[in-house]
Amino acid sequence: MDDLIIAGEKFSSRLIMGTGGAPSLEVLDQALAASGTELTTVAMRRLDPSARGSVLDVLRGRGIKVLPNTAGCFTAGEAVLTARLAREALGTNWVKLEVIADERTLLPDPIETFDAAERLVADGFVVLPYIGDDPALARRLEQAGCAAVMPLGAPIGSGLGIRNPHNIELIVEAAGVPVILDAGIGTASDAALAMELGCDAVLLATAVTRAQRPDLMAAAMRGAVQAGRLARQAGRIPRRRYAEASSPMTP
Amino acid sequence: MELIVGGGIVGLSVAWRLSRAGRPVTVVDPAPASGASHAAAGMLAPVSEVTYTEEPLLRLGVASLRRWPSFAAELAADAGLPPGALAPSPAPSGGRSPAASGAPSHGGPGALSHGGPGAPSYGLDFRADGTLDVAFGTDDLAALDELAAFMGKLGLPVERLTGRECRRLEPMLAPSVRGGLLAPGDAWVDPRRVTSALLTALERRGVPVVRARVSRLLRASGGSGDGAVVGVELDDAAGGGAVPAEIQADGVVLAAGVWSAELAGVPVRPVKGQIMRLRSAEPLLSRCVRGVVHGTPVYLVPRGDGELVVGATQEEMGFDTRVTAGGVYELLRDARELVPGVTELEVAEVVAGLRPGTPDNLPLIGPSGTPGLTLATGHHRGGVLLAPLTAALLQGEEPELAALCAPARHHPASGSGGPCASRGPAAPPYDETSGSKEMG
Repeated sequence: MDDLIIAGEKFSSRLIMGTGGAPSLEVLDQALAASGTELTTVAMRRLDPSARGSVLDVLRGRGIKVLPNTAGCFTAGEAVLTARLAREALGTNWVKLEVIADERTLLPDPIETFDAAERLVADGFVVLPYIGDDPALARRLEQAGCAAVMPLGAPIGSGLGIRNPHNIELIVEAAGVPVILDAGIGTASDAALAMELGCDAVLLATAVTRAQRPDLMAAAMRGAVQAGRLARQAGRIPRRRYAEASSPMTP
Repeated sequence: MELIVGGGIVGLSVAWRLSRAGRPVTVVDPAPASGASHAAAGMLAPVSEVTYTEEPLLRLGVASLRRWPSFAAELAADAGLPPGALAPSPAPSGGRSPAASGAPSHGGPGALSHGGPGAPSYGLDFRADGTLDVAFGTDDLAALDELAAFMGKLGLPVERLTGRECRRLEPMLAPSVRGGLLAPGDAWVDPRRVTSALLTALERRGVPVVRARVSRLLRASGGSGDGAVVGVELDDAAGGGAVPAEIQADGVVLAAGVWSAELAGVPVRPVKGQIMRLRSAEPLLSRCVRGVVHGTPVYLVPRGDGELVVGATQEEMGFDTRVTAGGVYELLRDARELVPGVTELEVAEVVAGLRPGTPDNLPLIGPSGTPGLTLATGHHRGGVLLAPLTAALLQGEEPELAALCAPARHHPASGSGGPCASRGPAAPPYDETSGSKEMG
């Protein structure tokens, strides 16, 4: 499979993992290993980066790049502060920007997100914003200097899959930066669909960490992302209303 | 003599059971029963807490819950609690003044003698009236059904209830409760009363409890300085030689919770939990109630004396025991969702404790791999529940369960390739005490 390139950095895996919801660090570790991920996002609120034996040590042990996120922030101000603390503590200027609008849906707040993105880009961050499946907002964030855009398939943790594949296609068509499908993945076929739609990568957590066998589901996701990417590159056949014999009419 | 390092519920239970078995023991702890045991809610709820991938933990919990009734009865007798004091006695009206429960105090031995003269007796407040897990929305109900199916597959006795059945059992539950899952065998206990009784029982048996901090383990002088553990060095912070410089022992049992990592390099990390104690004249609930609010689990544990424990956050904050605005807010927000009436209660106390978490959430119980050093730590959220089993495992009972807790599973040499084996420099080498001190 071809490399994923974000802000000049190469990744051979197109599956980005989250850590939320894992019953134990060992289960998480095994799932990460099975997923083959090279980039994993970690919520920085309520995490002391200097504490030993935490989730960060699990990632370091696997040589996985840490993508700090601002989950749990409701305002641009909080998100910017959290990103700066993460940069200081972890020595990375990458941030998955997540500013949520309310606790019930956990949907991203577009206005606060854009505000924070502008400020973080100006401050030298590599910004990967989590957004709704809104092609206009995705374009504006790219213009504002974000290194990727991360539209949702469905609300966080819902496992509803990709509710509006058409919008994801529109975002992909217009984007000059990587499009990472974030949130909503429930099972492997959802991840494959995201890649078939042209997304450059998939980010998921709950679908794996809350599965009955997280390591198995992680392996399934790895395969699905690869399959979806290959299918996208191969080019699918047009849909037809009626059958078309594939043999023996043609050589 | 065997030396138990750590006077939380695990260390004290181990010391008490060993002493009952006729073994000479000593406990050392700067402030017994002031750490995680002091914060813990005391849920003995292996069934309602079960999650995917954690069947081994469930087996330990069920086995230990089975031991709790006799453990509690023997402890009550050994501590000289009045007969029938195991379960809470019906409270005499007017006997529930807040003063009778004692002002919350952090760790001083004075805090351990609960109640005063004239205080109603609740014994250990051990109750086995079950846990009710409730759901609000359609999503929560679906999750509850999945959980019920999982429990059914594991052969666990649970009962699926409608919203109205839940509210008939617990009338103070919010009308928005749509359904529930009753685990009738789950129980709970007041960990502060248990540790207090354990200290009394140890005192009555003549077991010394040395109030001092262990600064390091003493090693026998071998050729390479990594010989057997033969005692501990004490930190005389108070000065003046009030405590001996060291204690020599035939064996050391490390039951120091989150502080076990710095003493022996074991893979234990602090998982912070903020927990709130409310107080009411009349108990709002008759059993433990749990629920998931905004994806965060919350539980309410009623005590016989009208206290209602609301817990608990789970945070990876290192050795941080600050109570935060967000922690208090979330506990109250979620508790109010379950039981709207909690807003009328008095806030008696909010504390943060540090759970000793391991990579696989299973405790470390048994030989450490270093001669003379036995582990009884890493109990994470289950210290109170697993205390009786831990003491039994250290006396050679239930070898099959002991295998699940064997510290050797985290040794790099075991070749399992687990997270601890591959952590690299971020995690300390397992045996950090090597060469730390030689005895002359």
